[in-house]
Amino acid sequence: MTTPNPAHIEYVTRLGDNALILGQRMSEWCGYAPVLEEDMALANMSLDLIGQARMLLTRVGQLEGKGRDEDQLAFLRTEMLYRNLTLCELPNADFGRTMVRNFLFASFQVLMWERLLASSDTELAAIAAKSIKEARYHAQHAGDWVVRLGDGTSESHERTQAALDYLWPYTAEFFAATPSDEAVAAAGIGPAWSELEAAWEAVVVPVLNEATLTVPARTPFKSYGKFGRHSEHLGHLLSEMQYLQRTYPGAQW
Amino acid sequence: MLTETQAWDVLHAVPDPEIPVISVTELGIVREVLARDGGLHVVVTPTYSGCPATEVISQSIHDALVAAGAGEVSVETRIAPAWTTDWITEPAKEKLRAYGIAPPGGDAPVGPQPIRFVPRKLACPRCGSTDTTRLSQFGSTACKALYRCQSCLEPFEYFKPI
Ligand SMILES: [Zn+2]
Repeated sequence: MTTPNPAHIEYVTRLGDNALILGQRMSEWCGYAPVLEEDMALANMSLDLIGQARMLLTRVGQLEGKGRDEDQLAFLRTEMLYRNLTLCELPNADFGRTMVRNFLFASFQVLMWERLLASSDTELAAIAAKSIKEARYHAQHAGDWVVRLGDGTSESHERTQAALDYLWPYTAEFFAATPSDEAVAAAGIGPAWSELEAAWEAVVVPVLNEATLTVPARTPFKSYGKFGRHSEHLGHLLSEMQYLQRTYPGAQW
Repeated sequence: MLTETQAWDVLHAVPDPEIPVISVTELGIVREVLARDGGLHVVVTPTYSGCPATEVISQSIHDALVAAGAGEVSVETRIAPAWTTDWITEPAKEKLRAYGIAPPGGDAPVGPQPIRFVPRKLACPRCGSTDTTRLSQFGSTACKALYRCQSCLEPFEYFKPI
């Protein structure tokens, strides 16, 4: 067992928390989606993300060497210890906003997993090889819907554009540098976040154009979820997600 | 006590819980069977990382081998190399088709993929018509998509290549 590397732990925690929190958030659609097919799609994508979170948080537990497992990490941390992107915790709102978010995030995940295939952390590389196949389907699914809704009726266009205007500022956080970036990149664990920005825009913007949506300009707005400073929405999400383990500590299925 | 060969024979008869017409070995998720210390060690790999059937599968593999007299059985889940639909055997693909699920068309995609969906001509597993349209990229499970045949008008599932 080597000495825990805090930068490495933090990096994998960010990946795990993104998947966990978006998986939990998206699962709220279960039973409520506009059509049955999409209800199943959203539930299945939530399961994929939660599966990825399980592997990643298990890896975090191994790296920190404190004997914590995936469940303890998922259910027993307090809000400020979560490192997910703010975008992942925002409420679902309507189906359009859910699809725009999935598209923006899954496109980011695909690029991230592509880079992590070559991670010096072989466990992380294995998780990437598994997850990238799933993320590609998520990005395609959401991309289809973004085009269909954006280039749809005037109502669906307006709502999709409003969703994009609302979510776009939060995507700046995807690429914001963190103090551990340099150490992580130098150790070959994974890319510094800023390295993905140009590739992400190259993937996302053509689809938004196809959807006849206007890509908003960058603004000075900043969000800080990945530093543990969250929006007011995460606490509510956690209270529901953690309820069972908090009320019945150690409960098992 | 079972030999590794005998153990494989037992596993050929363990059905996938969600698609019971094919076995766990035909699905390609049993990666290794090792005789060890008078018992057996089995390595399985999940199809999708969130597949809720994974734990049921490990349990049924364990139970089937114990019932066949294997003694101590341990089942390990290993994610690398990642499962691919290329590991589904050819006879199993025919069984899927007969069951009403279109098997994965062609090899699993490798390398960067276009983000926009490119429809492929998929044959209806019931009537064979290629006049089919996709209803949803996700069917009853993450591994399948939902299609409809325009000729016989029946919906069907498609096992997506990954
Ligand atoms: Zn047909």
